[in-house]
Amino acid sequence: MTDDAGFLVLAAPVLGSGLRLAVPLLFACLAGLWSERSGVVDIGLEGKMLAAAFAAGAAAATWHSPWAGLMAGMAASVALALVHGFASISQRGNQIVSGTAINFLAAGLTVLLGQVWYGQGGRTPQLEAGERFLGLDLDLGIARLLGETSGLGQIWSEAIAGHNILVYGALAAVPITWWILWRTRFGLRLRAVGDNPQAVDTAGVSVAGLRYRAVIVCGVLCGCAGTYLSVAQSAGFVRDMTAGKGFIALAALVFAKWKPFNALAACLLFGLLDAVAIRLQGTPIPGVGTVPVQVFQALPYLLTVVLLAGFIGRSIPPKASGIPYTKDR
Amino acid sequence: MSPSSRRELPALVDYALIPLLNLAVAFLIAGLVVLAIGENPLEAVAIMMRGALGYPEGIGFTLYYATDFVFTGLAVAVAFHAGLFNIGAEGQATLGGLGVALVCLTFDGAPWWLVFPFALAASMLFAAGWAFVPAWTQARRGSHIVITTIMFNYLAATLMVWLLVEVMGKPGAMSPETRTFAEATRLPFLRDTLAPFGIDLGQSPLNPMVIVAGLAAVFVWILIWRTRLGFEIRTVGKNPTAAVYAGIDPGQVVIVAMLISGALAGLLAVNEVMGTQHRLLLEFVAGAGFVGIAVALMGRSHPFGVVLAAVLFGILYQGGAELAFDKPKISRDMIVVIQALVILFAGALEHMFRPALIALFDRRRALAGGAA
Repeated sequence: MTDDAGFLVLAAPVLGSGLRLAVPLLFACLAGLWSERSGVVDIGLEGKMLAAAFAAGAAAATWHSPWAGLMAGMAASVALALVHGFASISQRGNQIVSGTAINFLAAGLTVLLGQVWYGQGGRTPQLEAGERFLGLDLDLGIARLLGETSGLGQIWSEAIAGHNILVYGALAAVPITWWILWRTRFGLRLRAVGDNPQAVDTAGVSVAGLRYRAVIVCGVLCGCAGTYLSVAQSAGFVRDMTAGKGFIALAALVFAKWKPFNALAACLLFGLLDAVAIRLQGTPIPGVGTVPVQVFQALPYLLTVVLLAGFIGRSIPPKASGIPYTKDR
Repeated sequence: MSPSSRRELPALVDYALIPLLNLAVAFLIAGLVVLAIGENPLEAVAIMMRGALGYPEGIGFTLYYATDFVFTGLAVAVAFHAGLFNIGAEGQATLGGLGVALVCLTFDGAPWWLVFPFALAASMLFAAGWAFVPAWTQARRGSHIVITTIMFNYLAATLMVWLLVEVMGKPGAMSPETRTFAEATRLPFLRDTLAPFGIDLGQSPLNPMVIVAGLAAVFVWILIWRTRLGFEIRTVGKNPTAAVYAGIDPGQVVIVAMLISGALAGLLAVNEVMGTQHRLLLEFVAGAGFVGIAVALMGRSHPFGVVLAAVLFGILYQGGAELAFDKPKISRDMIVVIQALVILFAGALEHMFRPALIALFDRRRALAGGAA
């Protein structure tokens, strides 16, 4: 029992940091889920997150409010999402190519504008405490109830309570996404348009309209992901701050087989891997020795490749994803 | 993209006017970005052109950058012909660098012309090997090559950090890198070869790989349009179902095309590792693998177009460096923006102007018909 408690006390901070690291992945992963469920493949999650992180950092610094940051982050991300939508829905262009363009556009413009506006090598100004989303004081006295130094108490205060509002927002987005996509008429149609757009079209519902709505939701969620990075997790934007998280989110989406609760599990797993890697840096594991950090960093990618190849279960995307819809024929 | 709508426009419009129009819009928007920053776009273009082509050293740098982009552009183009989007040239070239470094470190001190063939072979072998797993899983296990090649880019980067920090790195070095190769083992700079003829290439790292890049373009042209394999690649790219009826195994063609694509990307590493840096550095590919996507789209996957587009991007890179020096507000990130706009307009939005042009030509035809 004491051993268990000791383990919990040790695990609590890692769990908490795993959750915090999973949040941007989760937002982006759900964003990809919306887009791809409607039939629009999106490898531009990374770019939208990056643009949102920059816009949020800049706006929060300008208007001294994290909420202004969130609005600006969403606006920037939705703008890019609409570019992607225009290319892939209206112009029936190649969605992978368009996503690639979005990624580079964000990578270039953020640093270029950041340098022109602030002259700090692409950074936005350091944010004060009041300009950021900080941890909420949400203890509710439960820690004392469980015993502040006990394992469970630690789990409560380190891993569950006291995160910033976007963390809970991301967690709430999971059931909301599930409910809308699987329990409403709009959601049914949206998923249908990703599997069989002809059928939806025949029923007299606009394929393009549904896909545009999905792409906008995708933009909003990527906006939250980016804002989280620059206004909640850090105090400002730095160049290339997404560092491939958009692609890990994409991997998580494959891993989750395009389902919301699986997405939560996959992102928590990847976030936890990240947290464990940080915790174990240079610390030998009994019986194994020191494991290079790179092993943990490589695991999400490796697992995804293995899963995609169908060696552990099969991950099959929505049938019509990636295929532009042409009305005639 | 149905064949009937394709035939509605003259070939010249399809293959020259539309691509040029797309590029023009991309550069126009880039110009607006420069304007928004508060600089004069025309002045910026003048500085770039002067910096890239105005003097021999600039030309040397331009061609050195172009060498990298020819390799990655051809790599992406070959995959395009097979209907594949190889977004993994970056990782493949990284592994190519590992191959080159292993050869150069093993034969350190041996004359470069002796090591050169082995370095070429190793770069292609390692890079093709890195392309093989995504190719095989796409062909035989049905996983999507775009996702797997992205994953393999990150795996390559992670592997490289581990190798350079823990295994191959020079002890006591400030940054993760291998020891520098002996002078004799490095590829000679063309600046030294050409100096006796009165051509001063300054400090540009142009080396014999520029010639290899030209040969690679010729090779790809012959491969795609003059060989049986090239025909099979194009058939699979256009219509895999038809390919099956023609007795072609699309899976096998996909794998072979990706191996060739990877090998081409790997050659970049010889230019960088053996020809320029003379040691293996982290991230020596520096995004050239992604530039290859823009180059292939802009060059419409034709080797001749790829070479032209690679030179243009060479001009942008070299000219952009000079521009950033002259006008600090326009940092080198401007090139990434231009790259993005080229990919967007020459790639994803390539058919944007078709309907308008078709309408224009129909009206002219109708007018001509009415007159007759």
